[in-house]
Amino acid sequence: MKKTRAFDPAESRPTVGGRIFTGLIYFLLYLPIFVLIAFSFNASKSRSVWTGFTFKWYGELFRDSGIMSSFYLTLILSLAAAAVATVLGTFAAVGFYGMKRRWRAAFLEVNNIPLMNADIVTGVSLCLMFVAGRAILGYELGFGTLLIAHLTFDIPYVILSVMPKLYQLDRNLVDAAQDLGCTWLQAFFKVVLPEISPGIVNGAIIAFTMSVDDFVISYFTAGSKIMTLSMRIYSMTRKRVPPTINAVSTILFVSVLLLLVIINVRETRQEAAKKRRQLN
Amino acid sequence: MKTRAFAYPYLAWMTLFVIAPIILVVVYAFSAAGGGFTFSNFSGIAAYSAVFLRSFALAGIATAACLLLGYPLAYVLSKEKPRLQRVLVMLIMLPMWMNFLLRTYALMTILENTGLLNKFLALLGLPQLNIINTPGAVVIGMVYNYLPFMVLPIYSVIVKLDRSLIEAAQDLGASPDRCFTRVVFPLSLPGILSGITMVFVPAVSTFVISQLLGGGKSMMLGDLIEMEFLGTSYNPHLGSAIALVMMIVVVICMRLMNKFGSGEEQAVIL
Repeated sequence: MKKTRAFDPAESRPTVGGRIFTGLIYFLLYLPIFVLIAFSFNASKSRSVWTGFTFKWYGELFRDSGIMSSFYLTLILSLAAAAVATVLGTFAAVGFYGMKRRWRAAFLEVNNIPLMNADIVTGVSLCLMFVAGRAILGYELGFGTLLIAHLTFDIPYVILSVMPKLYQLDRNLVDAAQDLGCTWLQAFFKVVLPEISPGIVNGAIIAFTMSVDDFVISYFTAGSKIMTLSMRIYSMTRKRVPPTINAVSTILFVSVLLLLVIINVRETRQEAAKKRRQLN
Repeated sequence: MKTRAFAYPYLAWMTLFVIAPIILVVVYAFSAAGGGFTFSNFSGIAAYSAVFLRSFALAGIATAACLLLGYPLAYVLSKEKPRLQRVLVMLIMLPMWMNFLLRTYALMTILENTGLLNKFLALLGLPQLNIINTPGAVVIGMVYNYLPFMVLPIYSVIVKLDRSLIEAAQDLGASPDRCFTRVVFPLSLPGILSGITMVFVPAVSTFVISQLLGGGKSMMLGDLIEMEFLGTSYNPHLGSAIALVMMIVVVICMRLMNKFGSGEEQAVIL
C-alpha cells in the first residue's frame, strides 16, 4: 500500500479471464491479416498450401501497370482531397464558430449528414447529381467527380476535429492581439491559427486516411475510365484472385502501421511538451 | 471578429453536394423513367421485402455480436496500464485503417471450403465446415470488419468516466457487481449507442461483404441498390426508392434508440 486511498476498481487490473478473452479477440483480429502477409511470400498461387519462399509477387506487383496506375491515382486523389478539405474545412469551422449558436447547430447538423448516412446512400446520391450535371454541362465522370465526392466526405471530418480546438480557444487572446494593434486578419493568422493547428493537422490526417480507405463512394462516382486502389482490389476479388493482392495487402499493412506509429509518437511528444509547459 | 463569411464557400458546397443530391434521390424515387410523379417505385419494393428483412436481421445479429464482444473488450482495455492501453487501442485501430476489402478478402481465404480453417480441422480429424457462401459467413465478416467501431466509442467513454462516482457508490456500500450495473454500465450508454450506430449503418448497407463472403446467395440491400445503379438491372428510380426507404428506416431506428438511451449522443470519431 503506497497511500491510504479508497479502493478504486478502475485501477484494479483485469482478471486472467478478461486478459485471455482480450488475447483471443486480438488473435482472431490479426490472424487473417497475417495469413495474407505470409502467403504473399508463397511460391505457388495457392492460398492454403505453403510451397516455398519467394519475392516474385512483389516484382509482379510493381510491373502490373493497372495496379500501379490505381496506386498513383489513389495517392494523388487522397493528397489533393486532404489538402483542399483541410483548407475549406478549417475556414468553414472558423466561420461556424463566428455564427449564432442556432445557425451553427443547424449547419453542423447538415455537416454530419455525410458521416451519418450509409456510404452507399452518399455514393448513389452524388452519382445521380453528377449524371444530372453531365446532361447539362457535358463533362465525363472521372477524376473531377471523384475529387468532389471525396471532398464532400472529407471536409466534415476536418470540421469535427477543428471545432473542439476553437471552443477551447481563449477569446481574450484575440481581443488582446487586436488591442495591441493587430488587424483581425493578423489576429487570425498570428493567434487563432497557431492555437487550433493540432486540430487542423489531425483533420488532415483523418481526411487523408478516409480518402485512401474509401471504396463505396468512389465506386459510384469514378465513372468507367479510372479506378482507385480500392476499386482495383474489388475488381480483383471478383475474379480468380492473383497472389499480387497479398503483396498489396502486406505493403498497405506495413504503411498503415508506420503511419500509426508516427502519429502515436507525435502525440506522446506533444503531451510531454504540454506537461513540461504546465510545470514551468 | 466577423468570421461568419469564412463558412460561405462550404455552405455553398453543402447545398450543392450534400443537400441537392439527397433531394435528387427523393425526386428519382417518386418519378418514373419517362418522367412524371409516381408511387410505382415503392410498390416495386414490395417484391424485395425478403431482402429488406434479411439485411436488417443480419446487420442486427452482427451488431449484437459486436456489442457482446466489444463491451467486455473495451472494459478490459480501460483497466490496463496507460502505456499498454495505448498500444492495445492502436492495435484495435490498425486493422480499421487497412483497406476493408482486403480484410474481407483475408477472411475469405480462411473460411473457404479449401481454406485454412478446414485444413486445420482436417488436421485435428474434425469434420469440415461449410461456412463460406452462407448468411453465417456474412455475419462473421461484418463482426470482423466492424468490431473496432464498437470497441472504440465504448472505450473512450469508459476511460473518461468520473472515478469519484465509482468511489461514491462503493462508499455507499455497493458491491463491485452492483457498482457495475448501476454506475459504470449506465454511464457508458452513450458509447454503446454510438457504437451501435457505427456498426449497424455500414452493416445494413454493405454489398461487398455479402458478395465476397455470401457468394451472392444472401442478397442484401446494398447489392440491390448497386444492381439498380451500376449493375445489370439498371433502374435508378427503383434504386433511389430502395435507398430512401433504407435511409428512413435507419434514421427511425436510431432516433428510437437514442430516445431510450436518453443520453446525449457523443460524436466519437476514431
